[in-house]
Amino acid sequence: MSERAAADHSVAGGDGAAAYLDHAATTPMLPAAVAAMTAELAELGNASSLHNAGRRARRVVEESRELIAETYGAKPSEVVFTSGGTEADNLAVKGLFWARTAAEPGRRRVLATAIEHHAVLDSVRWLADHEDADADWLPVDGNGRLSVATLADAIERDPASVAMISVMWANNEVGTVQPIAELASLAAEYEIPFHSDAVQAAGQLPVSLAATGATALTITAHKIGGPVGAGALLLSKGAEPVPVLHGGGQERDVRSGTLDVPAIRAFAAAVEVTAGRRPDEAKRLAALRDDLIAQVLAAVPDAILNGSPPGPDRLPANAHFSFPGCEGDALLMLLDARGIACSTGSACTAGVAQPSHVLLAMGADEARARGSLRFSLGHSSEQADVDALGAVIGEVAERARRAAR
Amino acid sequence: MSRLRVLAAMSGGVDSAVAAARAAEAGHDVTGVHLALSRNPSSYRTGARGCCTLEDARDARRAADVIGIPFYVWDLADRFHTDVVQDFVDAYARGNTPNPCLRCNEKIKFTAVLDRAVALGFDAVCTGHHAQLQGSPGEAGRRLVRSVDAAKDQSYVLGVLTSEQLSRAMFPLGDTTKAEVRREAARRGLGVADKPDSHDVCFIADGDTQGFLRRQLGSAPGQLVELDGAVVGSHDGSYGFTIGQRKGLRIERPAADGRPRYVLSIEPVSRTVTVGPAEALDVGEIDATGPVWSGCPSPSAPIDCLVQLRAHGECYPATCWTAGEEVTIRLRNPARGVAAGQAAVFYDGDAVLGSATIARTRPAPDRC
Repeated sequence: MSERAAADHSVAGGDGAAAYLDHAATTPMLPAAVAAMTAELAELGNASSLHNAGRRARRVVEESRELIAETYGAKPSEVVFTSGGTEADNLAVKGLFWARTAAEPGRRRVLATAIEHHAVLDSVRWLADHEDADADWLPVDGNGRLSVATLADAIERDPASVAMISVMWANNEVGTVQPIAELASLAAEYEIPFHSDAVQAAGQLPVSLAATGATALTITAHKIGGPVGAGALLLSKGAEPVPVLHGGGQERDVRSGTLDVPAIRAFAAAVEVTAGRRPDEAKRLAALRDDLIAQVLAAVPDAILNGSPPGPDRLPANAHFSFPGCEGDALLMLLDARGIACSTGSACTAGVAQPSHVLLAMGADEARARGSLRFSLGHSSEQADVDALGAVIGEVAERARRAAR
Repeated sequence: MSRLRVLAAMSGGVDSAVAAARAAEAGHDVTGVHLALSRNPSSYRTGARGCCTLEDARDARRAADVIGIPFYVWDLADRFHTDVVQDFVDAYARGNTPNPCLRCNEKIKFTAVLDRAVALGFDAVCTGHHAQLQGSPGEAGRRLVRSVDAAKDQSYVLGVLTSEQLSRAMFPLGDTTKAEVRREAARRGLGVADKPDSHDVCFIADGDTQGFLRRQLGSAPGQLVELDGAVVGSHDGSYGFTIGQRKGLRIERPAADGRPRYVLSIEPVSRTVTVGPAEALDVGEIDATGPVWSGCPSPSAPIDCLVQLRAHGECYPATCWTAGEEVTIRLRNPARGVAAGQAAVFYDGDAVLGSATIARTRPAPDRC
């Protein structure tokens, strides 16, 4: 199976039975996306050019835009292509903040959960440090979930001071799904721009701009079988964020830069395949994930499943554990040596694993936050991957525990 | 040699890169680890996501890529701060002269890292130190021997290691000169082949040790006195001095005999720094504490050996008496500039017998 081969290939240092359990970091490109991209790389044309080659490229972009819009409940004009999730998050958070404060200078408050991805978290912090924004961090419960009442309270403290709200659809570390439709409609009642980073949700849940009434949603190609370097901000009609990138005025004047036609075509190809099989795939991955949880808890009885219990409030492909008495980086290294790829969360530039801000915000102490691992499944995952983990996790946790003493 | 699971500590320099490459080429299952040791606050961003030594970490990672081994970064900044940086500051505050490289080998590389490595299933820790180690990892009674490159020999800063620590160490470069190591790095395609040697204390980025100590310990003014008690000057902190120091004493009036003055002793409690003529620096006997005997059983009778009293210093013939945690060292010829806090490393020819920490010194007896 070629998808399987792609997964094996991506495990650095793995020899033989590799199990790639880090699809939330990036997932193998789907064959349809690879075919679309390689075909397009051989073609000529800048989508902004007015001649025949330009029109050809533009047609590819617009067809891709239509397909992505259709899948995610947006009009074609509501798809703003970006270089990926980070750029889309920056554009949404900074751009919507600037636009709103330009219109109403008294609105300086930005509401966001404390468990956002760093692309949102650090954008909000940057606004607070450089643009006189008031960062108002919304607390989450022990499962990492934000309640509608919490958002309502935060808004109600001073509704006229809120510039924008950003709440991720599903958390990238612990997989907790937020009640986005309810949160977005609450924001709409107050006419506050509402953005959601749906990067992790887009391949696994029915994500829709229209159905939620959100102002903006972030999606990215490489989490759903497309290439790294392509993403989009789904931006509702009428929303006019101040641009972050200035230049040729592409993409509604909101995001300048020559469009990456091969990546966009491959993005659309991945969306088409993923959307077509999403309901069945979500069920398949949830069953695999449940077995993964059962095998890990059987082998390491004191392991703690972080995030919401399996069900509608958790991404079907996510399992995240704390292993008491273990260091996450030791677990990762031992599993890597056994051909199993997983993640400890974020690392600094030099490569030092950092305690997860998500777990800390969920009330975990630093030791528990450091001793945690994420296992995430994707389209190429099979029972054998889960079994490979189940076969070694007991011994690995025991060894890591000895090393931490 | 059997195939071992080897953890190669990779600093990002040329020596540790070639050492790891040699271990891999010898057929061992090698994993590279870069130790993140610094927690330089200026590079901390928004809590704890940043860290320094970025360039060294990258160099180490690229070397691991070229060698073809897995690579990780281990965060030992807290242990390093406590066991090396704080120890360094405390030693100066006590009037001693510490050797942080030696402490790092003892407490970080061959305790914290080695313990973790063994627990994780590794058989040995490999470093790029210039020293030879006889015997194979896992064997008892391995002897630590000077490098063939006398100018680069690091057996002194490894002299604190116990035989148990040495039994799990691997120093693949001891039979090779530094020049040959650089040539080999170039031949292997390692980008660090021409990287300059590190010299200064690694956690004092600007090389200003006095400034670093002043920031850590604050101002603590005291007096400079002659052996007869006459006050000849003042200072801002006794930690600013090292035994044998001549320059920068700021003596306010010339000595009666008109000859240069040297730091003879440092008394941190009264903050008194005693100065005197060069011959008063001559040391004939040394009391040292905390002996570690890796190259021989703990001696029950006096032994004749060579003793080295500082890094890259000369070796002195001596006789040593060991009594429990104390070693008395009688030098055959006097040594100058012997500082408390430094290690005395005992050699039999080029082979390390053991070490102890210098606590007190006495002048040579009159018979000399």
